[in-house]
Amino acid sequence: MTEKVIYHPGLRLGAAHPDAHEGAEELLFGFWVFLMSDAIVFGLLFATYASMLHSTAGGPGPKQLFDIRSIFVETLALLLSSFTYGMASLSLKYGRRSGPLVAWLCVTLALGLVFLGLEVHDFLSIFHQGAGPTHSGFLSAFFGLVPLHGLHVFTGCVWMIALMAQMAVYGVDRRVKLGLLRLGLFWHFLDIVWVAIFSVVYLGGLT
Amino acid sequence: MSLAHFIFGRLTPDDLPFWQMLQHPTGANIVNGIIATTAGAIVVLGAAVTVGLITRYGKWRLLWSQWLTSVDHKRIGIMYIVLSFVMLTRAVIEAVLMRTQQAFGLDGGFLSPNHFAQLFSTHGTIMIFFMAMPFLTGVINYAMPLQIGARDVSFPVMNSISLGLTAAGAALVMVSLDIGQFSTGGWSGYPPYTEAAFNPGVGPDYWIWALTLSSLGSMMTGINFAVTIYKRRTCGMGFFRMPLFTWTALCTSILMIFAMPPLTVATLLLALDRYLGFHFFTNGLGGNMMNFANLFWLFGHPEVYILILPAFGVYSEVFSTFSGKVLYGYRSLVWATMAIAVLSFTVWVHHFFTMGQSADINAVFGVATMLIGIPTGVKVYDWLFTMYRGRVRLTVPMIYAIAFMMLFVIGGLSGIVLANPSVDYQVHNTLFLVAHFHNMLIPGLLFGMLAAYHFWFPKAFGFRLDERWGMIAAACWIIGFVLAFFPLYAVGLLGFPRRTVAYFNPAYVPYMRVALVGAVFIAAALGSLFVQLWISVRNRQAYGAPAGDPWDGRSLEWATPSPPPEYNFPVLPEVTARDAFTRAKDSGAAYQIPAQFADITIPKNSALGPVLGAAGALIGFGLVWYLWWLTVAATAAAVAAIIVRGFARDTEKVIPASDVEREHMRWLDLVASTRAVSRLRELDAANTGLAAHAIPETAQ
Amino acid sequence: MSRSSGGNHIAGRPSDDLAADYRRELRSYIYGLGLALLLTGVPFGLVYGSAIPAFWIFIAIGVFALIQVIVHVRFFLHIDPPRQKADDLHLMLFSALILALMAGGTIWILANLASRMH
Repeated sequence: MTEKVIYHPGLRLGAAHPDAHEGAEELLFGFWVFLMSDAIVFGLLFATYASMLHSTAGGPGPKQLFDIRSIFVETLALLLSSFTYGMASLSLKYGRRSGPLVAWLCVTLALGLVFLGLEVHDFLSIFHQGAGPTHSGFLSAFFGLVPLHGLHVFTGCVWMIALMAQMAVYGVDRRVKLGLLRLGLFWHFLDIVWVAIFSVVYLGGLT
Repeated sequence: MSLAHFIFGRLTPDDLPFWQMLQHPTGANIVNGIIATTAGAIVVLGAAVTVGLITRYGKWRLLWSQWLTSVDHKRIGIMYIVLSFVMLTRAVIEAVLMRTQQAFGLDGGFLSPNHFAQLFSTHGTIMIFFMAMPFLTGVINYAMPLQIGARDVSFPVMNSISLGLTAAGAALVMVSLDIGQFSTGGWSGYPPYTEAAFNPGVGPDYWIWALTLSSLGSMMTGINFAVTIYKRRTCGMGFFRMPLFTWTALCTSILMIFAMPPLTVATLLLALDRYLGFHFFTNGLGGNMMNFANLFWLFGHPEVYILILPAFGVYSEVFSTFSGKVLYGYRSLVWATMAIAVLSFTVWVHHFFTMGQSADINAVFGVATMLIGIPTGVKVYDWLFTMYRGRVRLTVPMIYAIAFMMLFVIGGLSGIVLANPSVDYQVHNTLFLVAHFHNMLIPGLLFGMLAAYHFWFPKAFGFRLDERWGMIAAACWIIGFVLAFFPLYAVGLLGFPRRTVAYFNPAYVPYMRVALVGAVFIAAALGSLFVQLWISVRNRQAYGAPAGDPWDGRSLEWATPSPPPEYNFPVLPEVTARDAFTRAKDSGAAYQIPAQFADITIPKNSALGPVLGAAGALIGFGLVWYLWWLTVAATAAAVAAIIVRGFARDTEKVIPASDVEREHMRWLDLVASTRAVSRLRELDAANTGLAAHAIPETAQ
Repeated sequence: MSRSSGGNHIAGRPSDDLAADYRRELRSYIYGLGLALLLTGVPFGLVYGSAIPAFWIFIAIGVFALIQVIVHVRFFLHIDPPRQKADDLHLMLFSALILALMAGGTIWILANLASRMH
């Protein structure tokens, strides 16, 4: 039945998971608060980027540096990984065995690593064009904003591996469930930030 | 890179405080060198004495298991306040040094410009980040969970981590006295002066990493407090039944959550510029130094409201408790607090009216700045009306509160003067501004925290503080503040710039001499506080108040023994109105035996806080001195500690119901055998913590 | 403290209600993915090869991005304002306000400074 009040963001595990159900509200609210503060950090980096869009110091700008095809593939990878994490969350909530859960997490992790790999490749190719962050304010702003998102994705991947390690040791117990719920919030949040990045930085820059 | 270079980074003997003095013994170098070496020696000696005493009395195990790894909000709160008193001592000494320099600064003085610049930079940085923030965090940590009838904050281990990170930042600032030097860029650290092009040394790096550690700690604290207040209020305590102090704690924590990110961004972007050659704020290649001022004050303005709101909360408690009267205008106080919290994000440009933006922008922010004075005015009237027709008791907290009311309003008025951009163009960065913000911080924040210290000390330790030395301290603070800062208003209007080591206008000298006298009073005030503590500990039997309610308190924290048990309440209280404890005392429902005792589950101690604190300090130190091996190793250790913590499963302990019952009954027996005292005997030895509570004839 | 019963099992309870809930939540993710793909593909397509004037492409990018964020919030994060707990709503509204003030204020001020420096 549909809940009357939704008492925390992200997938609610519901009455079938009494161990995680209690305590989830406080923990997930707290994590959501943290994500809001992280959103402010990104927002300010976006504002900084916007104000430095023309500070190219005679050097290359977005049109010279961004490869739309690579960005499109990265975007698909990350978006798909958000979906697969959703599938993992559903396995957690409704599944009776942890096999599918681990499988979906591995797919998510793989997609995340694909995203990171492509992104690092993009950065390296920009470097090789002589357009590293030390060359202009615009490039500094770009390399401040986008790699920060990448660092967050990397942290999420590490966290995912740590949770899977905990699963191997303890099975899917209470702390693992609460960790997966929080990682879910984190992962979807990062996809939201990426929507802003590809829209403002890449598509905006290439228009 | 040679091996020595790898191991020692950019550390050289030149970074010791006495090296310059020995290499180039000029007069100026000797004077400055002696001061610097003395300061460094005090740090080393202080650390050695502390370690020595702990070893001598065999208290390492106790220190570790009862304090450093504790996740109890009460212990963490006390440790925060201890830290802030240590840092207050250093920062007051720095202030006295600066006042002395300026009193004799006509045509030179005895401090070098570099030394003076470090002094005002460390003074500001320490007072804001390592005195004021820890003090208010400690006070909120101690009192708020008790006030809302909770057992602890929402995230106790994170609480301990916040403390560790704050202490790590403070450690970096202290180490800068012995190794290297601190930033000379003020507490605001503006580029391009703090960029590598102009300041390649370690100073700005110390500043950056100390602030980063502290701001991470504060951000986590903000999250912790906000979630606690949202989710852990006891049964029946709706938002509009919370004590005012808890309301201000909530708004403070929301400010922390949203104000810390801009600081993190500003300092980390500056770090990217300095370490990796980025161009966020540099002079050339597209850098925009004005964005730093913008980002810094996006943080800096809400920060000053973070500093003042808890003090406002304390004053609300003090005014109502020591007038023996319900707080006047509760709802208006709540709305005023929320208005201040929201408006505090709309005024930041007033810190840089002169930076070059158009008059329209300045006007918008000038109007917003004037608006924000209104809710504070509402609060002052509410406090006045609380006192009116009350039975006012002039205890130490009340003295601070009354002094606050008078002095803070003056400072607020000077703020309204400054809010006008055209006037601000005349007085920006003069001593007028310095007088204004000290006028807000000292009678506002500091008196509030000292009042809180005096007010809640008996709750935390089971005995009151000596009232006479408390009065002496308060008097010295008040006289000292007035003498030290009111002349600065005048001399600022006469054109004396801030952060100036020397001056050439003899007209300034009398003002500077008076200000120095004020500084001496302030030093005496600090000394009196230490004397007060010493005497109080010595007389703790006579001042004992173990029954828990020495002031006839109104809120739930007073409904516990002094000190409260680790789990705060044997059974979580149920609340039906504001001033819950007064209600209970009025209706004879206080000091009850619960119908049933249950086992209580609370978190176990955790080493994660001290471990991450130590790791943070080492990461910072490594980054400052280019000891990359240290930074990498400490980062790996920190990450490993967090991941290992994820595997922890045995994180709670159970206190059996029988123990809870025994402790509670012991307290109730104590209360039964305690003589209730009226407010006339509040300061006698007869007051052991039980208030003779007359059931009032009227509802108010 | 104790391991969960068997490494492979998650606590659960079968029921018809549960099956309906599962389908509903699965649909949420599928709709979310579908909409997001659409809202991604169109702006990319417009930028990749389109003769529409730049100004309108900017608008389109912005609108599609905003909608996609809402899609993520609704379908992936399961946040539903009418039913969401007040605490969560306070938080999101306040965050949005602060973000607007800070980012908007920054851009306003820096743009103004830039225009006055040329």
